[in-house]
Amino acid sequence: MRDALPLIWRKIPERYTLLGSHCNNCKTDYFPQRTICPHCRSKGKLVDKQMPREGKVYSFTEVHSGPAGFQHETPYFLAIIELPNKVKVLSQLVDSSKDKVKVGAPVKMVFRRIFADGAEGVIAYGFKFKVVN
Amino acid sequence: MAGIIGYGVFIPRFRIKVEEIARVWGKDAARVSSGLGIKEKAVAAFDEDSATIAVEASRNAIESSGVNPDDIGAVFVGSESKPYAVKPTATIVGDAVGASPVMTAADFEFACKAGTTGIQTCMGMVDSGMIKVGLAVGSDTAQGRPNDALEFSAGSGGAAFLIGNDKPIALIEDTYSFTTDTPDFWRRQHAEFPRHAGRFTAEPAYFRHVLSAAEGLLKKIGKKANDFDHVVFHQPNGKFPQAAAKKLGVDAEKIKTGLLTPMIGNTYSGAAMVGLAAVLDVAKPNDEVLVVSYGSGAGSDAFSIKVTKEIEKKRSKPSVQELVAEKEYIDYALYVKHRQKLKALGD
Repeated sequence: MRDALPLIWRKIPERYTLLGSHCNNCKTDYFPQRTICPHCRSKGKLVDKQMPREGKVYSFTEVHSGPAGFQHETPYFLAIIELPNKVKVLSQLVDSSKDKVKVGAPVKMVFRRIFADGAEGVIAYGFKFKVVN
Repeated sequence: MAGIIGYGVFIPRFRIKVEEIARVWGKDAARVSSGLGIKEKAVAAFDEDSATIAVEASRNAIESSGVNPDDIGAVFVGSESKPYAVKPTATIVGDAVGASPVMTAADFEFACKAGTTGIQTCMGMVDSGMIKVGLAVGSDTAQGRPNDALEFSAGSGGAAFLIGNDKPIALIEDTYSFTTDTPDFWRRQHAEFPRHAGRFTAEPAYFRHVLSAAEGLLKKIGKKANDFDHVVFHQPNGKFPQAAAKKLGVDAEKIKTGLLTPMIGNTYSGAAMVGLAAVLDVAKPNDEVLVVSYGSGAGSDAFSIKVTKEIEKKRSKPSVQELVAEKEYIDYALYVKHRQKLKALGD
């Protein structure tokens, strides 16, 4: 057990719906959410905003030695996804054959299990991405 | 009555062929495949379960129909393979599709027919004015005990239906249910795999309930089964729906579009609903559809559905056939890994 319940619960809006922030002053999007706009500081006006669910692979790596909880999933792809609003998101890539995982490949968000807090603990769900044709 | 204002489906990408399962257990693959009428089945990956399938199907329904998630006042998820024994899948779906927090929600369990019971519940709530839109989902990652007949058929997948009154793509003209205490298939508390009563699951169980519900509905609305353009039955295998069609005098051609089990296996709570979705993918305005679900234990919900011209604008994407076509074959070893049947592995 990782006793990860508070973390799992707090991240539900972010992980389920890609909820980020938008600064109404400089019109910049942020993900994950921010409490202060790094450009506008005290003049920033941050509001909740859902990020686009489609983007492209900006960079990726294939993980062969996964951390605890992910050790049976190896090898798997970890990618930085660039969304149309220039926001970058770190995510696992699933349902994507090796020959299709390339820089610039179009991807869309899918909903998956991220990890389970042991056999009896809570299950963390959230976004992963898959390469689309 | 309330109608269908949107629908969506999700089928996992992995497939295992019946011949691969037969190879492991020394069975005659051709005989098993033709006996069950199943070629291959969809397999949920290690990070998929009935909740993730329910979310994907619901998102497809909402995005394809343009329904505002804030209008959804009820979410009901039918499944017999819940990720939690206690804790609703419906709240996961509600949050993931943006319907939370002002909504009611619950999980339904009635073997393979909990999803259609969710549709009936939403119809009642919409018609009574309690809610504007209801979301009914049938979703399963069905479990089959290794070397059991069910292992060849127990598939993964689901469908979501949005029920409401605003510009329906299909009108639900009437519904009729037939339910008795018939223990043909069950899973006891804490048991990992279901048990079934072999041939007892056919005549006194599937056929009695499916045919009684269908005949009851037809009598109520004054129609014959073959009056419908498409007929969808619950499909525990590829053969039972064909036999049910024959007994009701339905042309074999009329059940083809809605019969997916031969290619994805029995998706349990999703089965009849995925079949209906496949019909809606191709149906023309004014087409009439008869749907009869079946859940062991046992009961059937029958629906008489009439497609409207709104269907042309709101067909779900991806279509069922696109989801069926997107596949990657795995062998039995990977199947065992993804379905977490390796008990020595630990967490």
